[in-house]
Amino acid sequence: MASLAVSGIAPGLRGVPFTLALIAVAVVIFAFGRWLDSSYAFFIGYVVVQYIVLGTAWNILGGYTGYVNFGITAFFAIGAYSTVALHKLVPTLPLPVMIVVSGVLAGLVGLGTGYLTLRLRGVFFSIATLALAVVVQTLITNWDFVGGARGAYVLRPKVAPLIGGEYVQYLFLLMLGICVIVLATARGIERSSLGYGFAAIRDDEGAAEASGVPTLKLKLIATTLSGGFMGMAGAPLPFYVTYLDPASGFSLNYAVNAIAMPLIGGTGSWLGPVVGAVLVGGLQEYLRVTISSAVNVLVAGVLMVAFVIAAPQGIVGLFQRKR
Amino acid sequence: MAVSLDLLMNAVISGLLLGGFYAAVSIGVAISFGLLDVVNIAHPAFILLGSYVAFIGNTVFGIDPIVAAAIMLPAFYLLGMVLYQVYYVAFERRDDQSLRGLSFFFGVLFITEVTLVLIFGVDYRTVQAPYIGPSLNMGLFDLPLRLLVPFLVSMVMVVGLQIFLSRTFVGRAVQAVAQDQQALRLMAANPTKIKRIAFGLSIATASLAGACLIIIQPVEPSIGREYIGRIFAICVLGGLGSFPGMVIAAMTLGIAESLTATFFGPSWAPAVSFGILLVTLAVRPSGILGR
Repeated sequence: MASLAVSGIAPGLRGVPFTLALIAVAVVIFAFGRWLDSSYAFFIGYVVVQYIVLGTAWNILGGYTGYVNFGITAFFAIGAYSTVALHKLVPTLPLPVMIVVSGVLAGLVGLGTGYLTLRLRGVFFSIATLALAVVVQTLITNWDFVGGARGAYVLRPKVAPLIGGEYVQYLFLLMLGICVIVLATARGIERSSLGYGFAAIRDDEGAAEASGVPTLKLKLIATTLSGGFMGMAGAPLPFYVTYLDPASGFSLNYAVNAIAMPLIGGTGSWLGPVVGAVLVGGLQEYLRVTISSAVNVLVAGVLMVAFVIAAPQGIVGLFQRKR
Repeated sequence: MAVSLDLLMNAVISGLLLGGFYAAVSIGVAISFGLLDVVNIAHPAFILLGSYVAFIGNTVFGIDPIVAAAIMLPAFYLLGMVLYQVYYVAFERRDDQSLRGLSFFFGVLFITEVTLVLIFGVDYRTVQAPYIGPSLNMGLFDLPLRLLVPFLVSMVMVVGLQIFLSRTFVGRAVQAVAQDQQALRLMAANPTKIKRIAFGLSIATASLAGACLIIIQPVEPSIGREYIGRIFAICVLGGLGSFPGMVIAAMTLGIAESLTATFFGPSWAPAVSFGILLVTLAVRPSGILGR
C-alpha cells in the first residue's frame, strides 16, 4: 500500500530520486515492523516482498519484452540451492554474499537458456523454460551434496547479525533490500533506450529488427536480469524455511504466483507486480488463516485466468483507463 | 558380454514400447500446437484427468481402464470444444495470443492439477487389469503386456487420426486451416468451427492417453509436469504437425530414456527430453520431418 502512495505523490520520479524514495519506503516499512514487534508480521512480510521481487523479475522479461518464462522455479531454486551448497562449504559466509553469488549463477543459466532458444519464435523459449524447471529439479534430486531427494536442513541462527532481534527480521531486511534494487532497475529500464527496445520487441519483433534494434542482445539482457533477480529472491529461502527439499523448492505455487501477480496487477509498469503481489499475497494469507491452505493455492490460478480473459491490462490498467 | 547384450536388447524393446505410448501422449499436442498453432501447455493436465477418470471407472465400476477411457471420449471432446471456444473468444479473436494465451493455459494447467489434488490427494493411484503384470517371453527379450497394450492403443489412435486427417473432408479442412485460413473460407468452411472440432479431438486423445498412463505407472496429480518436456520435445523433434515424424521422435525419446534409465538410473530419465529439446531447437528447429 505504501508504494501505491509513493506513485500517487511522485508519478514522475525516476533515477536516483526514485531509488531514494524506495529506500525511504523500505525504511518506514521496516521501522513499522520493528514497532509491531511480531514475528508473524515479519514472516508474512517476507513472503509478500519475495513475491514482489519474483513478480517484478518475471515482468522484466514477460511484461516488457513479451517473452513468457515458465521456469521461475528453476531460477528460484538455483538461488536457494546455491545458498545450501555455499553454507555447507563455508558456514561463516555472510548471507548477502550468497545472495550475490546466487544471482550471478541464476543469471548465467538465464543467459544460456536464452542464447539457445531466443533466436526462434517466443513460444519455444516458453516451452524450453518449462522443461528447464524439470531438468534442474532432476539435477538437484540427484545431487547428494545438497541433500538430494531427502532434502537439506539449514539451521537458522537465533539472533540477527548487525541489527539484533530475531533472525527473520534480518531476512526481511535483506529481502527489502533486494526489492529496492529490483524495483529501481525495473523503473530505470522503463524509461531508458533499453526499455524502448524491449517494448519494440514486444510490439513487433520483425519491425524492431528491421529498424536496427539489436533484438537478440536485448532479449539476452532481459533473460539474464530476470533470471538473476529470481535467483536472488530464492537465496534467503533455506534460512526462511530451514528445511528445503526438491518438492517444496520447485513447488508450482512459486511459478504460478510469480506469473499471476504481474498479470493481475498489470504488466505495463513496475507498479503492476507490486500491486498484484500485495493484493494476491495478502488475500492468500487471509484465506489460509480463515478457510484452508488448499484453497489459497487455487486463488492465484483462478484470478490469473479471470484477469487474462476479462482485464488484460490488469488492475493498474483499469485505473489508467478511468482517468 | 551376453548379459549386457540381453540388458541392451530389453532396454531398447521397452524403450520402443514406451515410445509408442509417448506418441499417444503427444498426439494431442501435435494436433493443437502443430496444426492449429494453439500452444496448449495444459495438455498433460488433461491426460492426468483421463488417468483419474480411468481410475474411477476401474475401481468404482470395475471396468477395464481403456474401455472406461473410450466411454469418456465424447465428454473429453466436448471439454476440448468448450476450452477452444473460450480461448478463441478471449485471445485468438483479439489477436493477443502469445503472452496471455500462454498464461491462460498455464492457469488451466495449475487449476486442473490443484483440483485433482483436492479431490484425490497426493497418493499414488493404480488400476487393475488382467494385462498388468504378465510378459510375453520372446526368447532374447521380454514383452511386458502393461507396455504392449498402451503401445497398441496408441498406434491405433495415431493411424486412425492420420486416416481421418487425410481421407475425410473435415480432416483435410483441419490440415488446410494450418496452411491458409482465407482459402478455407473460400471453400465455404468456417475455420473457427474446424479448429473447434480439431481441438476437441486433441483433448479427446488425452482420455485414452491418460488410461494408458495409469496402466504403465502409478499416477499422482503432479506427474503431468514431467510430461510437458517430453511432449514438446517429441513434437519439436518430429517436426510440428507431422504424425510420422512425431512417432519416430517418440520412439527415439523412449529408447534414449530407457537406455538412460538402465545404465545411469531412472532418476536421470526426465533430463533426457530436455537435452533433446534444446539440441533440436539449437541445431534443427524444424525437426526431423518438418515442413
